[in-house]
Amino acid sequence: MSILEARDLTKIYSTGFTALNSVNLEIREGEVMALLGPNGAGKTTLISIICGITEATAGTVLVGGHDNVTSAMQARQLIGLVPQEITLEPFEKVIDTMRFSRGLFGMRSNDAHLDRLLDKLSLTDKRESRVHTLSGGMRRRVLIAKALSHEPRILFLDEPTAGVDVELRNAMWQTVSELKDDGVTIILTTHYIVEAEAIADRVAIINKGEIRIVEDKQELMARMGEKQITIELADAISMIPDVLAEYNLELSSCGRELDYRYDARASRTGITTLLNGLREAGLQMTDIQTRQSTLEEIFVKLMQDDQ
Amino acid sequence: MNTRAIVTIYRMEMARFFRTLTQSFVSPVLSTSLYFVVFGAAIGSKIQEVDGVEYGAFIVPGLMMLTIMTQATSNASFGIYFPKFIGTIYEILSAPVSFLDVTIGYVGAAATKSLFIGTVILVTARMFVDFSIQNPFAMLAFLILTCLCFSLLGFIIGIWASNFEQLQLIPLLVITPLVFLGGTFYSISMLPPLWQSITLFNPVLYLISGFRWSFYGHADVPVSISLLAISVFTLVCMLVIRWIFKTGWRIRS
Repeated sequence: MSILEARDLTKIYSTGFTALNSVNLEIREGEVMALLGPNGAGKTTLISIICGITEATAGTVLVGGHDNVTSAMQARQLIGLVPQEITLEPFEKVIDTMRFSRGLFGMRSNDAHLDRLLDKLSLTDKRESRVHTLSGGMRRRVLIAKALSHEPRILFLDEPTAGVDVELRNAMWQTVSELKDDGVTIILTTHYIVEAEAIADRVAIINKGEIRIVEDKQELMARMGEKQITIELADAISMIPDVLAEYNLELSSCGRELDYRYDARASRTGITTLLNGLREAGLQMTDIQTRQSTLEEIFVKLMQDDQ
Repeated sequence: MNTRAIVTIYRMEMARFFRTLTQSFVSPVLSTSLYFVVFGAAIGSKIQEVDGVEYGAFIVPGLMMLTIMTQATSNASFGIYFPKFIGTIYEILSAPVSFLDVTIGYVGAAATKSLFIGTVILVTARMFVDFSIQNPFAMLAFLILTCLCFSLLGFIIGIWASNFEQLQLIPLLVITPLVFLGGTFYSISMLPPLWQSITLFNPVLYLISGFRWSFYGHADVPVSISLLAISVFTLVCMLVIRWIFKTGWRIRS
């Protein structure tokens, strides 16, 4: 069941720049959707329109069935937004800035809920601290706490791990996973494809203001990804034997390794015949490794195809 | 109407005010005291009375107006400009709040602050000169209306401004001169006929005149015109703010 739908969304700025061109996107309730795209692809513009910060030139957005322009109040009530930039009132206390966010959404004060959020985000000991005394990573967590303070059903995370260290990034992924378990729908934009690979259920790739692909992450990786076998040889060779020419092998590691790429979904992968061919060529193996294309490799390939 | 959002914005703005209470309190007290020393004691000793009122007492309503107009404008403009400047405006724009909710929250807080400062000045002035208030309810009405309409004006300036320089531009180059030339320290009857006629085009004159009438029963222009002027000014500001929120001018891209 979809909780958010963007239909034919177009945004042309006053400068004439088309940031979005007839974008259609459907988000299912409870999923983690990763919105991937290079700089200037239109990710933040799309989020800003959905959240009501930017006005669309054309098209509609339905949030939980509510049009975000004609029924803006009902639509916005369902959304929490963690912006890309760390934007916080520096002299406010952490708990006060969370109370402010909750109050803005017309919610009755509920410090117990806010304390649970602080606990979940490891900010309990910073409850009474002023925002300007916190580290960058903590401030980013405060932004998440604020976005969740009014108990939204949809959470937008606009590049939440930009510029954060590995430890915090992993903690952030853990938080996303827990939020998903709590039933929150999460839309994540990121430059780090590894992030999408780690936590997303589905992936939408946007480039030049247009959605190129919306697909289940596993299906996308299986469909567009390649598998590779690396065969380690006992003795180095200087050229690939003629009997193995049909496999388009690549020689690496100074002639000690042979790389073979194949389509994992094909009915005949050619692995068995390749191994037979190796024996025929008199090559001795010491090890075999397999690896699959990462989402990042698929993304880069798609972007290159786009140009 | 999102009442909780209004209260939330109002409380946050008041909290900012109370965080800098010393500055908020000391600054108007000090400047008012200086005005009394310079205009009341030094110059006032040469003027004696204006419209039958001792000069020191005569300038009290004008001084109050001078301060609350500038304070209301700067408080309201800063209140909405600061979230724009640091980027937290996204919260307001993405929250389920109407233009009216946001305006009531910010303008209400700015008006309350300037009302507080106005009261502080009134008390400070009482320490320097003896005066009475003939129409206390009218005085309160004028005070509240002036705080309100200049807070609305400040709110518009805060939305319009794209840097701190612009934020100060209108208060410094427009409001302060108009207040000084609007009869803060004198009655327009003291001016030559030509300047009397020119001063009638200064909207601030009507506010100061009406306010002074509530103190001493004397006005440069009829009180009804003063009330009409302040009401029209308030209405125009509200219509401008409504248009801003409807079109997203300077707040939504």
